[in-house]
Amino acid sequence: MPENTEKIEKDKRKIKSVKKMKEIMTLYYIDAKTAAENNKKVAWITSGGPVEPLIAMDIIPVYPENHGAMIGASKMGVDLCEKAEAMGYASDLCSYARSDISCATVNGGPIGGLPKPDMLICGNNICGTVLKWYEIQARYFNVPLFIFDTPFCHTEYYEEMRRYVRSQVDEYIEFLEKVTGKKLDRNRMEEVGRLSVAGQRMWQAVLDTTVNKPAPMSAFDAFFHLALIVTLRGTQTAVDYYQELLDEMNERVKDGIGAVPNERYRLLWDNLPIWYRTKWLSEKFAAHDACLVADTYTSAWCGSLRYMDENDFLNSMAEGYTRIYLNIGVDEMARLVCDMVDKYDVDGLVIHSNRSCKPYSLGQYDIQRIVEEKKGIPSLMIEADMCDERMFSESQIETRIEAFIEMLTHRNRR
Amino acid sequence: MQDILRDMADVVRDPFAYGRKLKADTGKKVVGYVCTYAPEEIILAAGAHPLRLFGTTGTIERADAHLQSYCCSLVRGVLEEGLKGGTDFLDGMVFPHTCDSIQRLSDLWRMNVTQGFHVDAVLPVKLDTQSACQYMIDVLHRFKNDLERELECSITDENLSKAIRLMNEIRRLLRRIYEIRSDQPGLMTGDSLYTLVKATMIMDRERVREVLQKAVEKMEAAKSDTPAKRLLMAGGICNQPQIHDMIEAAGGAVIWDDFCTGSRYFETLVSLDKDPVTAIAERFLQRAVCPAKHAGLRNRAEDLLRMAHERKAKGVIFLYLKFCDPHAFDYPYLKAALDQEGIPSLLLEVEDPLPAEGQLQTRFEAFLEML
Ligand code: SF4
Ligand code: SF4
Ligand code: SF4
Repeated sequence: MPENTEKIEKDKRKIKSVKKMKEIMTLYYIDAKTAAENNKKVAWITSGGPVEPLIAMDIIPVYPENHGAMIGASKMGVDLCEKAEAMGYASDLCSYARSDISCATVNGGPIGGLPKPDMLICGNNICGTVLKWYEIQARYFNVPLFIFDTPFCHTEYYEEMRRYVRSQVDEYIEFLEKVTGKKLDRNRMEEVGRLSVAGQRMWQAVLDTTVNKPAPMSAFDAFFHLALIVTLRGTQTAVDYYQELLDEMNERVKDGIGAVPNERYRLLWDNLPIWYRTKWLSEKFAAHDACLVADTYTSAWCGSLRYMDENDFLNSMAEGYTRIYLNIGVDEMARLVCDMVDKYDVDGLVIHSNRSCKPYSLGQYDIQRIVEEKKGIPSLMIEADMCDERMFSESQIETRIEAFIEMLTHRNRR
Repeated sequence: MQDILRDMADVVRDPFAYGRKLKADTGKKVVGYVCTYAPEEIILAAGAHPLRLFGTTGTIERADAHLQSYCCSLVRGVLEEGLKGGTDFLDGMVFPHTCDSIQRLSDLWRMNVTQGFHVDAVLPVKLDTQSACQYMIDVLHRFKNDLERELECSITDENLSKAIRLMNEIRRLLRRIYEIRSDQPGLMTGDSLYTLVKATMIMDRERVREVLQKAVEKMEAAKSDTPAKRLLMAGGICNQPQIHDMIEAAGGAVIWDDFCTGSRYFETLVSLDKDPVTAIAERFLQRAVCPAKHAGLRNRAEDLLRMAHERKAKGVIFLYLKFCDPHAFDYPYLKAALDQEGIPSLLLEVEDPLPAEGQLQTRFEAFLEML
């Protein structure tokens, strides 16, 4: 292919909204970093935490996990993790936590550290790590910590859980009113709740466009565009942006433009991205005409939509925030993965066994077996870590990917 | 004393043989558990026998098909035994919610070890609020109902009070043994002490009360003036490996600890003047907190310092099980708290079973020399 056409080909596949997204995120971080000058309060909050009341109270939410992803993507994870290890933190701990803990003390990383928090909001629906991590930061910054405790739903969401979480919604609002010295405007809260649900619906719609063949975007694109539903959930900005992205995706579907030029294999990704290698991995798979059309990670930010009621947000968010993907039993996770295999018509499963994240990774062997049995598709397991590059063995992973693709080809021929 | 210890060592060496025999002899139902937040009193009040699982002493093979190598050896070991059938005499298992690894162990057990019933007690993570207290009580009521259903029995308040008294008595006796030994460490080796504590969680509790009572009497009558450098062991680990011989050979003695197979098990009694389930819940809220739970930002450091001062410890050994997140996160701040007070500490990260002995021995010697 002459160079020219190759470039045209590539350009055609570029997602235009990326530019807009970068602008929004830059503005968001500028806002956050200048919060103090503008007399605004900053809350650090976990990725699965209940952000809507913060937005309704004009508190700027900042996400150490999103920051962790940026650190990973800019390949600064190893350095910061090593610094945390020098502080006494074991090298087996979550690399987001390690990076953030050391980053706070040196203001390092790609954006020179996060703005100092006025308060910390920890939702433990994703893991027990965030509890320890936020305790550490609460001691370090000497600021109040609110823990939004969402009991784990091994098999069920019991009535007493609902009561407990619901009462914490009120405690949470009281906490915010106390820290800010302001009252929550209930009308505004309702509005934010509606926007949050609208944003999640829109995000789901964006992800759903990949049921088309070829898929107009890949999981690697989703990893990137995810940032807004995490950080700006509950704002008009997020809704508008995803509307635009959705339009672009629909346009691509109409024109038959796929994320991968000759999509032959459709794959499903499990667990967090390997941030420092997304490009490498995406190219590796694309070179074999394989597209990762969906993933269990980015869909977690709209996975509990069915429990949310936009007209009764505060009541329904208790359940919505408790019954998220990581806060349920391994068997239910396997069921959801099987559903995704059907929905996106997937040929294989790619599992990232992520040393950092025990709640996500322990149980993956069982999920793998269940999905293989029930859906009759092969799977590939990649051992790595989302931020700590020392855990990534390129040659080994390359060999595995090749063997996996070969197996897919083989099955295809049969 | 020696016979008591010998019997208990046998029990600890092969808890499953003991459990099987107890079941055959008494016809009691046996309920396994993995963590000290399991409400033993409620199990006892159901007429059943609570038996704690401590991982495996064998090699891990079957569990490798379910758990990655970066999961702690305790969790992998428990699953191994379940899959291997070592625990097939159990009538059921209870999984209190604590760390992420035990959380997933519960799922994997439910999905792969089919014999016996399976109950989760999804305790709150936050322990310092009113609503968490209410939720804790609700969870224990659910647990009680679950047990009644699975064991086809009814758990009366009277039986609960009886079980509370028995457990309180056991806790008091253990504490007494710790205190006597804290004054005269030469009276009992560390390994023996921990054998005693572990056996307490395995053996018939009525029998445990008798045995501990006897041990206290014997110890009260004995004298020892063997000198030893007084150490505290902390940091936690759900199950303790046998390292005391090495410490003692180096001239030290662990005279108190902050372990779940130690003081965390016996500190804090259940109140007798309340509704029994509420009283059990309140003990869980008040007892020395597990790092996987939250009762404040500085409690664990404060507890550790208080312990060090009260027990006149010269140094602290932090013992951690590799891949144990909740404990590892607390280490830097606990160490800093000790540093501030000028209390030296030594960090050991181990796997169960332990690495080659020589290595550890040298580190203990170097540390004790410094004190
Ligand atoms: S990567 Fe896993 S362990 Fe780390 S913060 Fe996220 S959910 Fe928790
Ligand atoms: S340390 Fe925590 S998880 Fe381990 S036995 Fe104790 S309470 Fe349970
Ligand atoms: S608290 Fe630590 S040692 Fe105990 S089960 Fe959990 S990870 Fe393992």
